[in-house]
Amino acid sequence: MAAIGAVLVALFVLTGLLAPLLAPYDPSLINVQKTLQQPNRTHLLGTDNQGRDLLSRIIYGARMSLLVSLASVGFGAIVGIAYGTIAGYYPRLDGPLMRLNEVLLAFPGIIVALTIVSILGRGTENVIVAIAIVQVPQYVRLAHGLTLSVKERVFVEAAVAIGAADRAILSRHILPNLLAPLIVQTSLLIPGAIMTAATLSFLGLGVQPPTPEWGAMLQNSLQWARLAPHVMIIPGFALMLVVFGFNVLGDGLRDALDPRLRRMSGPGASGPGG
Amino acid sequence: MGAYIARRVLGSIPVLLLVVTGVFFAFQLIPSDPARAYLGPEATLETVEALRKELGLDKPMIVQYFNYLRRLTRGDLGKSISTRRLVVTELGSPFVNTIKLSIASIVLATVLGVLLGTIAAVRQGTLWDHVASVIALLGISIPVFWLGLLMMYFFSVQLHVLPSAGDYTWKHYFMPTVALAVFSLAFIARMTRSSLLEVIRQDYVRTARAKGLPEWAVVAYHALRNALLPVVIVVGLRFGYMLGGAVVTEQVFAWPGLGRLLVGAVGARDIPLVQGILLVFAASFVLVNMTVDLLYGFLDPQIRYR
Repeated sequence: MAAIGAVLVALFVLTGLLAPLLAPYDPSLINVQKTLQQPNRTHLLGTDNQGRDLLSRIIYGARMSLLVSLASVGFGAIVGIAYGTIAGYYPRLDGPLMRLNEVLLAFPGIIVALTIVSILGRGTENVIVAIAIVQVPQYVRLAHGLTLSVKERVFVEAAVAIGAADRAILSRHILPNLLAPLIVQTSLLIPGAIMTAATLSFLGLGVQPPTPEWGAMLQNSLQWARLAPHVMIIPGFALMLVVFGFNVLGDGLRDALDPRLRRMSGPGASGPGG
Repeated sequence: MGAYIARRVLGSIPVLLLVVTGVFFAFQLIPSDPARAYLGPEATLETVEALRKELGLDKPMIVQYFNYLRRLTRGDLGKSISTRRLVVTELGSPFVNTIKLSIASIVLATVLGVLLGTIAAVRQGTLWDHVASVIALLGISIPVFWLGLLMMYFFSVQLHVLPSAGDYTWKHYFMPTVALAVFSLAFIARMTRSSLLEVIRQDYVRTARAKGLPEWAVVAYHALRNALLPVVIVVGLRFGYMLGGAVVTEQVFAWPGLGRLLVGAVGARDIPLVQGILLVFAASFVLVNMTVDLLYGFLDPQIRYR
């Protein structure tokens, strides 16, 4: 199963990276004479209500999802790991920092994302920031737990005993030992980021038209579904396939690399969940 | 037991206070003036100032914060910028509608999730297990809004057997309940499977089999009762997330709940209404978490005496 996940993820990443080479048409090119066409030889997945090629929009939608998910998870990871590691390493900071983290964990991810968007406004950059903030508490919780565990190990004690500076201990001894579980966590959080971005766009608060994005493509699809159900089925299927691939891959990585992670990461949602 | 309950209740108060403070100061980060953002660029300075004064935005931030806390203790969440009505009044009916939908969904998710997880665990390694695992994985992968759209397309647009919007009869409940339940169902199934697999290898389960009990009785009376303890926590947490996470489901099915109200308030930049909704979500989630803690303490005597 993990192999299937890996293939799906690889296809998604390659599609996103090579979108300008793979897309047969400009995804924003409007052609009012070719609206709501069924899949055919000219347009392999058909066209939407503005005559735009659906395959090209799906390919560029993958590119947008890749950009948003990698950027948001990247920022979230950097901030969350730093925060969680410091909280775990310094006992005096542990309590106050983790109580603050609990405040963010008190809300479902989509609510946090909506709040951030209501403060910052709509648009791709603000979606990235919003999703990054949603990811931070997940990384904090994991990095904190792992740091508490690793700092008790003999090699860290030895480093302290020889007088190594805290920064050196954190960067050379603790952080490298967090890598494997954090990589697994990242693979589990990326699908959540993709889903949250699509959800925000579906609600009209994320990536704005005419930029291709799977959630935005689904936003008005029901009104055209009677004439052309493919405009609703194809973007949603693409989204589900990618998220499924990441979930399967993440499960496989978790089983292979770090069984501890199953206990530590807890029943956190990997998606908006509602 | 009383001391345990008191500890849990008192422990929730600082979290609530932090949430209230976080919600208040988060909205102070808005770069634009909320009154100007609502009234638009054409509004005169006098109109904007009048609205700022009406909403108390002309006072220093720290004064606004303490006024906000004082009003909260009286149950006053301020006034909605768009309707000028009290936020508490705006929230009442949508909150009840969200609760109704969440309860229906969590019941469905729990019943089917536990069933699916039990089948997967008892038939571990067989085709049943693989099918159940794939169903669970699909459940956590399928976008809720897409599932909702697909159901509306088939049941409302094509077959005309279910209404696509509203909240009047059981038929209106069916699609939103299923859409909202799927993710949690998958989660609960995976947790049930994992938990039951751990319990089913215990000595007391082996003893029950050795006594000659049929397999269904071993699973139902001995294994499942203990395996469900961590599942109770997951169900409780999922219910808490559902209250807030029903945003998308309510938007797809035009369900008149808090989630749909929140999306509208965010779109209209109605900050007092957004703040009020967030507080209700947070308070509900803290209350649900506390209830889950208490329930777990009730079910597991070892927890009570810690």
